[in-house]
Amino acid sequence: MQRLDRLKESPSQTAGPYVHIGCVPSFAGIEGVYPEDLGRAMITGDAKGERITLTGRVFDGTGTPLRDAMIEIWQADAAGLFNSPAETRGSADPAFAGWGRQPTDGETGIYAFETVKPGRVPFPDGRLQAPHITMWIVARGINLGLSTRVYFEDEAEANAADPILSRIEHKARVPTLMARRAGSVHTFDIHLQGENETIFFDV
Amino acid sequence: MHNNPPETGAFYPRDPDWHPQALTPGYKTSVLRAPQRAKISFDPTLGEIAGPAFGHGLLGPLDNDLILNFASPGESAIGERIIVHGRVQDERGRGVGGTLVEFWQANAGGRYRHKKDAYLAPLDPNFGGCGRTITDAAGYYSFRTIKPGPYPWPNGVNDWRPRHIHFSVFGTGFAQRLITQMYFEGDPLIDICPIVNTIRDQAAIGQLIAPMDMANTVPMDAMAYKFDITLRGRRSTMFENRREGN
Ligand SMILES: [Fe+3]
Repeated sequence: MQRLDRLKESPSQTAGPYVHIGCVPSFAGIEGVYPEDLGRAMITGDAKGERITLTGRVFDGTGTPLRDAMIEIWQADAAGLFNSPAETRGSADPAFAGWGRQPTDGETGIYAFETVKPGRVPFPDGRLQAPHITMWIVARGINLGLSTRVYFEDEAEANAADPILSRIEHKARVPTLMARRAGSVHTFDIHLQGENETIFFDV
Repeated sequence: MHNNPPETGAFYPRDPDWHPQALTPGYKTSVLRAPQRAKISFDPTLGEIAGPAFGHGLLGPLDNDLILNFASPGESAIGERIIVHGRVQDERGRGVGGTLVEFWQANAGGRYRHKKDAYLAPLDPNFGGCGRTITDAAGYYSFRTIKPGPYPWPNGVNDWRPRHIHFSVFGTGFAQRLITQMYFEGDPLIDICPIVNTIRDQAAIGQLIAPMDMANTVPMDAMAYKFDITLRGRRSTMFENRREGN
């Protein structure tokens, strides 16, 4: 019999306390190597859609905010298209990167992204997903980056029909995926442990 | 490259026995930062299958030269000069071209240029500690740096990190996103490092240890180490299930 001969994925290791040096060096006080930290600005021109701020904190099991985490987000543009070579349905808004990267603040633990509200993207079977943002969290003490999704609490109808949300058995946990809205500011806190532990996905 | 359509297949599942678990008490910081409930699985959607791309125009000429990219004109970082090179590939063995690779490390004395690093080893005024590159069409990358020093860290009373370089890799889909660390062949600290030992499988640990590569050393200049990075593989895209008409 032939062998599958598949390689193994390189195992993950924690990003450590100094992830900023490599990923957001100016946040670490390292200036002059790159013109600016990658992923700082997601909106690079006259992007279409509703401008929003996505902000929040990441809490450990004692309720203390992480002040050394790094967060990346990845999302569709306002029309539901990804700015990616793998997007085959059309061309995404050239003024919107779709990907952003921010550290949590060294004192307050607050992160913030200036972005646009994403449009709806189809599930593989053709049903539309609710508007959402994919989030990836790394930090000291996190051995493998954590993936979650940010949904919008004011999209009740779309959320009710969302293929991912509707497969979550423990409905009481679904609110951990909902950003709370106040004007254009959407707050999304992540709880790594405890009663309100955020739902993380294995994708 | 132009002949190849972008890959849009879903990814093979991650092997949870190959990656470290979230809760690894030997690495104390994980105890309060490890989620305790099962992750929820789903087959990747377009948001996981697609990912951001960064053009070569992003790169400055010294981005992959840590010996010079923070140094004053005419000066260079102190330490053993090394070249790190390898290939970013996927689980099918296919090179992952055009992907961003970022790296960061301590200086030759084991000190990071970071406001939170208080180790008494001195900073090197000519060493910043960060670099990046984009793989070529076949997935290859290389950069030049100095060999980082080992350093003590607060965990047990006397824990030292082996010499290591941190790596961040994107791949072509966001679900391939990976951060890991490269270790150096022969370092006696590898076996006793609580962070290395968050990985339980010795073969998996071995995948993060770069061998010395004499064939690629630059005589009278720089040693070389080879470090290949494997990202998740994708299913064939030919027969993904879709509703008719989609
Ligand atoms: Fe380190």
